[in-house]
Amino acid sequence: MRRYVVSRLGQSALVVLLSLTAVFGMVRLGGDPVLLFLPMDIQAKDVDEFRERLGFNDPLLVQYGRFMAGALRGDFGESLRYRRDALGLVLERLPATLLLAGSAVVLTLVVAVPLGVLTAVRRDTAVDHLGTLAAVLGQATPGFWLGLMLIYVFAVQLRWLPTGGMGTPEHLVMPSVVLAAFFAARVTRLTRSAMLDVLNEEFITTARAKGLGEGRVVGKHTLRNAAIPIVTLAGLEAGQLLGGAVITETIFAWPGLGRLTVQALLNRDFPVVMAAVSFTSVVYTLLNLAVDLTYGWLDPRVRVRA
Amino acid sequence: MKKSLGLALTLAAVVAAGAAPWLTPHDPLRADFAQSLKPPGTPGHPLGTDQLGRDVLARVLHGARLALFIGVCTVLVTAVVGGGLGLVAGFVERWPSAVLMRIADVQLSFPFILLALTINAIVGLGLRNIILSLSAAGWVVYARVVRGEVLSVKQRDFVHAAAALGVGRVRLLVRHVLPNVAPSIIVVASLQFSQFIVAEAAISFLGFGIQPPTPAWGSMLSESRDFLYVAWWLGAFPGLALALTALGVNLLGDWLRDTLDPKLRV
Repeated sequence: MRRYVVSRLGQSALVVLLSLTAVFGMVRLGGDPVLLFLPMDIQAKDVDEFRERLGFNDPLLVQYGRFMAGALRGDFGESLRYRRDALGLVLERLPATLLLAGSAVVLTLVVAVPLGVLTAVRRDTAVDHLGTLAAVLGQATPGFWLGLMLIYVFAVQLRWLPTGGMGTPEHLVMPSVVLAAFFAARVTRLTRSAMLDVLNEEFITTARAKGLGEGRVVGKHTLRNAAIPIVTLAGLEAGQLLGGAVITETIFAWPGLGRLTVQALLNRDFPVVMAAVSFTSVVYTLLNLAVDLTYGWLDPRVRVRA
Repeated sequence: MKKSLGLALTLAAVVAAGAAPWLTPHDPLRADFAQSLKPPGTPGHPLGTDQLGRDVLARVLHGARLALFIGVCTVLVTAVVGGGLGLVAGFVERWPSAVLMRIADVQLSFPFILLALTINAIVGLGLRNIILSLSAAGWVVYARVVRGEVLSVKQRDFVHAAAALGVGRVRLLVRHVLPNVAPSIIVVASLQFSQFIVAEAAISFLGFGIQPPTPAWGSMLSESRDFLYVAWWLGAFPGLALALTALGVNLLGDWLRDTLDPKLRV
């Protein structure tokens, strides 16, 4: 286990370094970075001065070194729009995103896992078909469209819920449903197939043969064994919530990390873009690491293979 | 059920895209202010008109063209680039394989939509750039799947036999390994396709990608936000078209996976 943990930690550190490199490289895709890093209304005569001051006249390798040194200390420069530390802005928005993502995860666990179990246990009945259809529909429905339609029905027509913003528990309802929809659909299908795999095992037949009630067979013998693949895959998919938050937060004017990223992209506030994208990537990598380590702890075969 | 519904929906999208100019007499770009914001069911405008009096049905049908075009182009680019790299990495192993896997790790450390969105914001707007951004963010899935498949296929007896008979490496790769990897490429392509068209719509919705007045589903949805209080149909129909197309292609992909490659089943 120790060797596995060390090698996975090393791998993750390498991925973080390479991801920061990728962020640096991405910003250079568009040609002259000065155009990305200066406010739109800049005077032509000031451009050269800024170019010198921001260090864009230095060799690329020097610029790269400076970026990496700064990034590893959490210094991505100052926001062009707010004149404040870029990473500070990102961290300020983090709690809102965590609240939203957390609610989406809870909602998913409460709805998707029972639904997945139910469709597996009642395989090939009307319940199974309906549940599976709901999951397939949930997977295909674009979140931003679902969001707009929910706003139309529940905010515009019925006036039950606010159209956007943050503050009361009511504000949280629609954004978390929209963010959870795709994730819940995936988890329902994962749970169903993981349950079906275990239900075919011989020890389930044995459990039934020795006269255990169906509740115990499903709850104790099946679900516990199906939990490993569900937790792993759900953990890996949970990272995609950070991507989903970009869209959900924009629709519902939710003041989180995703909305900050989109606004920074629209304002061409690139220090904030780089801070937000790098931060998301680091969180994502750590999440994957946590899932892998948990999996390795639960299932010894994984440690040996790696 | 999967097969027939998937085929029907996909076919409907293809017909809508191919025959858009013949299915409706309206020009998706022509404004007619006298007819603005007419609800669905208005004579001559079955799905209503938008704020400029443009026919919503015509715009949705022409949107199918754009969506499918972007989906097909992106899938082709990612399949050729990602599949090709995966093929080589799996076949040669050693450093090409290691390098490719590290690049894949890095790309997978960004959520797909965030990566595509950021690249698009940097390289710029328009049709070519959205295809480029989606491809740059999406090729890695092929590379990984194909590499894994090649690693297992090349251990099979018929490959060893061909190599023992003196078949050259390139011929071995193209004639013996590639055909056995092709089913996976097709399955991944169909599952990626809907992800690409939804991502394109999301990016256009956020104000990047395809810009108004071009009738793209994402930019139509984006414009519809300002009229949500007065005209629900502006957002409902393009989104429905997008959801049904994604559903159709997804079902078809699921069916293909079950038929061609049971191993990929999750």
